[in-house]
Amino acid sequence: MTSLSVPMIKRPVHPVGAWGWITTIDHKKIGIMYGITAFINFLIGGIEAIIMRAQLSGSNADIVSPEVFNQLFTMHGTTMIFLAVMPLGAAFFNYLIPLQIGARDVAFPRLNAFSYWVFLAGTLMLHLSWFMGEAPNAGWFAYAPLTSTAFNPGHGVDFWIVSLQVLGIASLAAAFNFIVTIINMRAPGMHMMRLPLFTWMTLITAILLVLAFPVITVALLELLFDRNYGMNFFFTAAGGDPVLWQHLFWVFGHPEVYILILPAMGIVSEILPTFSKKPLFGYSTVILAGVIIAFMGWLVWSHHMFTVGLGPIPNTVFTITTIAIAVPTGIKIFNWIFTIWKGSVEFRTPMLFAVGFIVTFTIGGISGVMHAMSASDAQQQDTYFVVAHFHYVLFGGAIMGIFGALYYWFPKYSGKMYNEGQGKTHFWLMFIGQNLTFFPMHFLGMDGMPRRIYTYGADMGWTEVNALQTAGSIVIVLSVLVFMKNFIQSWRSGKQAPGDPWDARTLEWSISSPPPEYNFEEIPIVQDRDDWWARKRGLVPRIAPSGASGDGHGIHMPQPSFWPLVAAIGIFVGAWGVIYSVPVLIIGAGIMIFGVYAWSFEPVNDPESEASTASGDAN
Amino acid sequence: MALAAACSDPHPQSTFDTHGPVAASQANIFYIIMYAGLVVFIGVMALLIYTTIRYRRRYNDKDPEQIHGNNTLEIAWTVAPALLLVAVAVPTIQTLWNNSISPEPAAMTVHATGSQWWFEFEIEELGVVTANELHIPVGEVINFVLESTDVIHSFWVPKLAGKVDMVPNNTNTTWFKADEAGEFFGQCAEFCGESHANMRFKVVAESREDFDAWVAAQLADSVVPVDPLVQQGHDLFMSIEAGCWACHTIRGSANAFGQVGPDLTHFASRRHLASGIMENNHENLVRWLTDPNDVKPGNVMSRDAAVYNDPDQALSEPQVAALAAYLRSLE
Repeated sequence: MTSLSVPMIKRPVHPVGAWGWITTIDHKKIGIMYGITAFINFLIGGIEAIIMRAQLSGSNADIVSPEVFNQLFTMHGTTMIFLAVMPLGAAFFNYLIPLQIGARDVAFPRLNAFSYWVFLAGTLMLHLSWFMGEAPNAGWFAYAPLTSTAFNPGHGVDFWIVSLQVLGIASLAAAFNFIVTIINMRAPGMHMMRLPLFTWMTLITAILLVLAFPVITVALLELLFDRNYGMNFFFTAAGGDPVLWQHLFWVFGHPEVYILILPAMGIVSEILPTFSKKPLFGYSTVILAGVIIAFMGWLVWSHHMFTVGLGPIPNTVFTITTIAIAVPTGIKIFNWIFTIWKGSVEFRTPMLFAVGFIVTFTIGGISGVMHAMSASDAQQQDTYFVVAHFHYVLFGGAIMGIFGALYYWFPKYSGKMYNEGQGKTHFWLMFIGQNLTFFPMHFLGMDGMPRRIYTYGADMGWTEVNALQTAGSIVIVLSVLVFMKNFIQSWRSGKQAPGDPWDARTLEWSISSPPPEYNFEEIPIVQDRDDWWARKRGLVPRIAPSGASGDGHGIHMPQPSFWPLVAAIGIFVGAWGVIYSVPVLIIGAGIMIFGVYAWSFEPVNDPESEASTASGDAN
Repeated sequence: MALAAACSDPHPQSTFDTHGPVAASQANIFYIIMYAGLVVFIGVMALLIYTTIRYRRRYNDKDPEQIHGNNTLEIAWTVAPALLLVAVAVPTIQTLWNNSISPEPAAMTVHATGSQWWFEFEIEELGVVTANELHIPVGEVINFVLESTDVIHSFWVPKLAGKVDMVPNNTNTTWFKADEAGEFFGQCAEFCGESHANMRFKVVAESREDFDAWVAAQLADSVVPVDPLVQQGHDLFMSIEAGCWACHTIRGSANAFGQVGPDLTHFASRRHLASGIMENNHENLVRWLTDPNDVKPGNVMSRDAAVYNDPDQALSEPQVAALAAYLRSLE
């Protein structure tokens, strides 16, 4: 087999420095790269938001042109959803899933690396559209026929299509990987109803991804063909149906919402038990509620289309299915509160974020039910009320959860302790700032302010509320700056973290911080849902683990590889080719095929390398 | 009078300040769900706050009892919200169906058509065609047939009724009724391109007599110019050089039958210009005619008309003044 591998560049065996990161297939390093890239995207999306808030701070403001404003809200939405919240979730899937299930890596380590590099390619594609002077401008749901070449010449929408396709590849690769990992790589005794909640929510999210992305892939392909090869799916002048796009988009788009929020629900379900020193209240109910939410997420897409004119029958059906989702969501909220009930509650920063999540997510959930009332939603659809709603669930929900996770697992992934005082300052600034920014949007919406308008007259009565919201957004900026200061300083020079600083319950806390490359010196034998807690408290008998023990010698870890990166570069080049030139597309496809070919024939470990027998030494 | 009242209205698009049965029924549903939501929120927050304060860790706390769940409680908080949701769903669905068809015969049917970025209103049975300002009789049901010539728009007069989209290749219908006289603001609510924010309109509800008078005035042909400046503006409008006639209709004129832009036969009778974004007065009209792209970025006229897209053919100041005089004469 080795004769088939490509010998030009030597197999990286003990890469160090940048090369070590570029060729890594260690899920922990990939998780960190995911996290940092996604956080930078979060900052970029935030800057886009702040420019919009500046433009809207007063009536008839003239800070950006309408065209740029339209690009800003399109890019803000696309960036935050696909480049920030989803991959921030993926960062934690990567880092934590093997640790939580007692595995040494994911099922397909190189596919994992490939997933990251393709994600980076999609990220670069989308952001580079700004520098090509053609940022997408049709909104994050890109309603046809505004996206057709007749109304949208240039390459902005093509950038959007191609970036999302590329990101879809990354998401699918990761999703398959995590499904297989969670099903197949669990430590002995870690049966499904002992999985930590975060792992459960990851599994559900990954299944949603696998089912939802094909739908958007089809829609995007159709749009791409409409725009570039003269097809007529959505081109109305030739008889295309714009409502078809809306159905396709939201059949994907609503499960996507749960793809964004379920990981945060998993995170909260980890933090609350730890800082209450109690197991999660109604473990199986919370899982079942997650499964039901994910399933019902497929039955509600038309609530995004209550004003499209589908008629009273579909609107009735989708009203009922949508409000039904409030039931499993409510179950989760009550189970979380009763996890705290009779606990011993310690308000460290992650706990503040988790409890803050319950508050803001409850508001977002209630305004969601308000939107579900199709009769009255005709007044709220496409107004600032809906902007308020989805910022409560995505910022107040997903982002709050993710910040909670960034603090909660900080000792684990950095090996250091963060500064508690600054963490709490961050929480309070962010909590106040987001409520100041997003709560008044409810009133603006009911006062008739449509979303996505770049300007409004002084006679509309919206000026003061908008100014207040802009002030709130500055408080959010301050909170993020506090976080970044804390994060960078603590990682550089924080106190050394012990393996289990929180007296936590799940397996990732049973190993050192940061974990060794091979995670578990000995694969644990799981005897309890909260196995680490049970072991610490002596509630389960000590069973001698299987396999080798000692200092990590004899643990076989796959060696690094650069072929996933090569394949991803091919996809990046090819994606440019889709937009600008067919020969470039062919070159890109060639690079990708070459990368995948070489990767396929690359052995897990180089047999000529002495390290193949003791790569546990490598750190 | 109505205009003065509307101008002083601090919240011209408030969905709470309803002036018609459709908007009122929708606000009613909103209040029901809002109060229900408020009760739930207060209840959940009280429980959360109590729990987090009551069970704060105290010095030398022991491990709390490891409670794994409670079936009775969990069934309770599954069933209770479900019942509450059923309770709010019933009036919602009733209202949805009640509003789907008008309860009484309509006084007229208005064909409302959205284009980037203006609204056309055609009352076929009366022969009226106008743009961006629709007059309706108070207390009578008005049916609407909604269409679009280009991208998706949304037809929305917050004080009279919730929005319904205008979708190309699809025909939607809606209806509303104004309970009292007044000027009501409308605005496109579906993102439709560069000047989406500038796509607005007005609905003027007035007494039956005023409405009939308005219809009669709208049906008349345009007046023949007498004033020399107006005549000059008329000639420019109808010239090959300016080419306004190619896109705009002025009934009663020799050659202005264009169908692309708004019908201007009674332009001066409208209170606002450029699709409801500014008052229809001389200064604003001059500003619009001088540089429409500055007023409404991306609009079709500044893109396609030679006097705007070709600097060599730009209108001179006197030409703009003459055109403005002519348009302002179209009562």
